[in-house]
Amino acid sequence: MSRLLIRHARVVDPSQRLDEGRDILIEDGVIARIAERIDGKGAEVLDAAGLVAAPGFIDVHVHLREPGFEYKETVASGSAAAVAGGFTAVCCMANTDPVNDNAAVTEFIRKRASEAGLARVYPIGAVSKGLDGEEMAEIGEMVRAGAVAVSDDGRPVKNAQLMRRALEYTRLFDIPVIDHCEDHDLVAKGVMHEGPVSTRLGLRGISAASEDVMVARDLILAELTGGRLHVAHASTLGAISRVRNGKARGIAVTCEVTPHHLALTDQAVADTEYDTNTKMNPPLRSDEHSAALLDGVLDGTVDCLATDHAPHHADEKALEFDQAPFGVIGLETALPVTYDLLVRGKKMPLSRFVALWSTNPARIMRLPGGTLKVGSPADLTLFDPEARRTVDPDSFRSASRNTPFAGRKLRGWPFMTIVGGKVAFRRERR
Amino acid sequence: MPVAPATGLRGKDLVGIDPLSAGEIQLLLDTAEQMREVAERPIKKVPALRGKTVVNLFFEPSTRTRFSFEVAEKRLSADSLNFAASASSVEKGETLIDTARNLEAMQPDFIVIRHRYAGAPHRLARILKASVINAGDGAHEHPTQALLDALTIRLHRGTLEGQVVAIFGDLQFSRVVRSNVLLLSRMGAKVRVGGPPSLVPPGIEQLGCEVYHRMEDAIAGADVVMMLRIQLERQSRVNFPTVREYYDFFALTPERLKLARKDCLVMHPGPMNRGVEIDSRVADGPQSVILEQVTNGVAVRMAVLYLLAGGHGEPVAD
Repeated sequence: MSRLLIRHARVVDPSQRLDEGRDILIEDGVIARIAERIDGKGAEVLDAAGLVAAPGFIDVHVHLREPGFEYKETVASGSAAAVAGGFTAVCCMANTDPVNDNAAVTEFIRKRASEAGLARVYPIGAVSKGLDGEEMAEIGEMVRAGAVAVSDDGRPVKNAQLMRRALEYTRLFDIPVIDHCEDHDLVAKGVMHEGPVSTRLGLRGISAASEDVMVARDLILAELTGGRLHVAHASTLGAISRVRNGKARGIAVTCEVTPHHLALTDQAVADTEYDTNTKMNPPLRSDEHSAALLDGVLDGTVDCLATDHAPHHADEKALEFDQAPFGVIGLETALPVTYDLLVRGKKMPLSRFVALWSTNPARIMRLPGGTLKVGSPADLTLFDPEARRTVDPDSFRSASRNTPFAGRKLRGWPFMTIVGGKVAFRRERR
Repeated sequence: MPVAPATGLRGKDLVGIDPLSAGEIQLLLDTAEQMREVAERPIKKVPALRGKTVVNLFFEPSTRTRFSFEVAEKRLSADSLNFAASASSVEKGETLIDTARNLEAMQPDFIVIRHRYAGAPHRLARILKASVINAGDGAHEHPTQALLDALTIRLHRGTLEGQVVAIFGDLQFSRVVRSNVLLLSRMGAKVRVGGPPSLVPPGIEQLGCEVYHRMEDAIAGADVVMMLRIQLERQSRVNFPTVREYYDFFALTPERLKLARKDCLVMHPGPMNRGVEIDSRVADGPQSVILEQVTNGVAVRMAVLYLLAGGHGEPVAD
C-alpha cells in the first residue's frame, strides 16, 4: 500500500466547507483521512507548511492540438504544462486534425494522455461532423469512449437547428453543449474588439454584439429544449447579463471566463504596439466588459474559470496582426494571474477561488474530482499564496510560448500538483 | 498660439502622426517648406543624404506615394532600392520579418514601408536598426499624407489653427483620415469628419474630431473640404447600396461646395474615383488644390528623410 502524508497544509475544500490547517493522508491514490494531526508512520511525508492544499484544479477549456498540430502542442506537453500550472485535469477541445468527431479519435487522445501519465485528460467531442456545423457527430459513441461534453469550439454551432437538436440529444447523456458564441457574419474580418482602440489602431473590429447575438440564441434554445448549455469564454457585458437572466429564469446554463479577459483589455493591443500575443478570440474587450466579467465572477453568475489554452508556434505568431492566428496559452499562468486579481485584488475568499477552479468545473463536467472528501481520488493542487515570481515563457512546459503575460510579476504560484496520489509536479521552494 | 517647432525628431522612425508632438509636426512642416525651394532650382538636387541607402518596401500597389518618395530620395542624393512585393520572395511565402531582416543585412539607412496590414511598420521599427517610415499601413496611418495635406493648407491659409476642415467619405477603411484628424486637431484646426453612417468606425471622435452624417452639415462654412477615396476593393456588399446612390448622397458636387466658405480648398489624397466621391467639375475647378498636394508630397518626404537622418538647421545649403 502506498501512503503519502501531506503535513501542515491550509486545506481549502469548498465541497466540505473546509478551510483549516490540516494533514492529509493519501492511500493508494485516494484521500484516506484529513485531520489536524496524522501519524505519518510508514508514509512518505511532504511538508506543506505555508501552502494551500485544494482539490485539484480543473481547466475545462484547453486545446492540446494532438492529433494534427503537434508542432504547437501535444497531449504530453500540454499535460506537462497543466500540472506545472497546478491543474490535475483538463478538458480538451475537438478542433484537432482529424477532428475529434468520432470515438476513435477520442480513444486516441485518452491513450496519449495515459502514456503521458501526468494530468487527467478528458476529451470534448465535436457537435458536428468535421466541425462543419451541419451534421451531428456520433455523440453517444464519443461519450462511451470518454468524452465529457461536446463543442465545435473555435467555431460557433452556426446552424440553429443543429444547436437545438444537440441540446436535446445530449440530455440522454447529461453532458453540456459548450458553445463558442459568435456570429460569423457580424465578426466579418475583425481581429480585435471593436471600439475606440480598434479605430485608432486601424484594425477591423469584432463587436460585442457578435457574441451577444449568439448567447441570446443559445439561451432561447436551451430554454426550449431543457438541454445543458455551457457558454465558453464569455467576454462581454451582454453575455454575462444574459446568462445571469437565464439562470434567474431557471435555464440550465453555465459559463466560464478566462484569466486574460479578466486581467487585460483591448488597450493591451495598443500598449504592446500590435503584439500578436494580445490577439485571441473572443478578443480582449474594453474596460466596461472586463468589469462586467469581474462582477459576474464575484456575484456567482460565472460558474468557473478556464484558460482557453491555445498554443501556436512562434513562427505563426511572428506574422502581421491581421495574419497571425487567434489564441494565447494560459495553463502555466492562470493560477497566479487569477489569484493576484481575485484574491489579492478583490479580497475574494479562498474557498470561492477554489470553487471557481475546482469544485464548479467538476460539477459542470460531472468529473470525479473537485473534492477532498475521504474516498475521493487524491487529486490536489498545492500553491503558495505568497510566492512571487516573474512569468518566464522560457520556463514553460508547454511546447508554445504565446502568452500575453511574459514579464509579469505575480503572486500565488503552484508548488505541487498531485494526481491520483502521485506527485506529478513539484517546484523547488526558496 | 503658434506652436514652437522642436529642434529635432525624438524617434528614429516615423510610424505615425500619433507619436509626434505639435512641435515635431511644426518642425516637419517648416522643413518641408524649405525643401520646396529645391524643386525651384535648375538642378533639383542637394547632397544631404549622399551615401545613405533607402529601401522602398511596397507590399501594396502604389504609384503616387512610391514615386513621391523616390523623387524625394533622389533630390536628397540618397541611393534608392525599390522592392515591390509582387517581384519578391513574399510570393514564395517569406514572412515580413524575414524579408526585413534580409534587407537589413544589406545595411540600409531607411526603410519606407507600405503594407496592407496595420501595425506592420511598428513591428519592423522595433526589430530593425534602420529608420522606418510608414508610407501607409492598412486602415491605420499614413503620416506623410497628413503632413503634405497640412502643408498644403498652411501654404494657402498661413496657419492650421482655427481652420475648419471637413473630411468626408469612407472613414472605416481610411488611413488618411486617422492621420489627418490626429495631425490637424493637434495643430489647433477644427476637424469634422463624416460619411455614410455604416462606414464610421466607433470612437473616431476620440481622435479629435466631430462626426457628421449628412454631407451638407459637414461642409457648411468649412475652410477646407477633403474627400476620401471610396475603397471599392475593400468593401463588402453590405456597407452601402451602390456607387450610384453613394454619389447621390455623399459626393462633392458644385452645388454642395457652395455651402462651404467661398474660397474653400478642395482636397483629395488620390487616386480619385471621379463621379463617385467627387464630381469632375469640382476636382478640376478653381478651388481644387489636388495637384499641389502631390507637389507638396515630395517636399514633405524630403523633410522626413532629412530630419530622421539627424538634420538640423539649414537643409538646402550646398
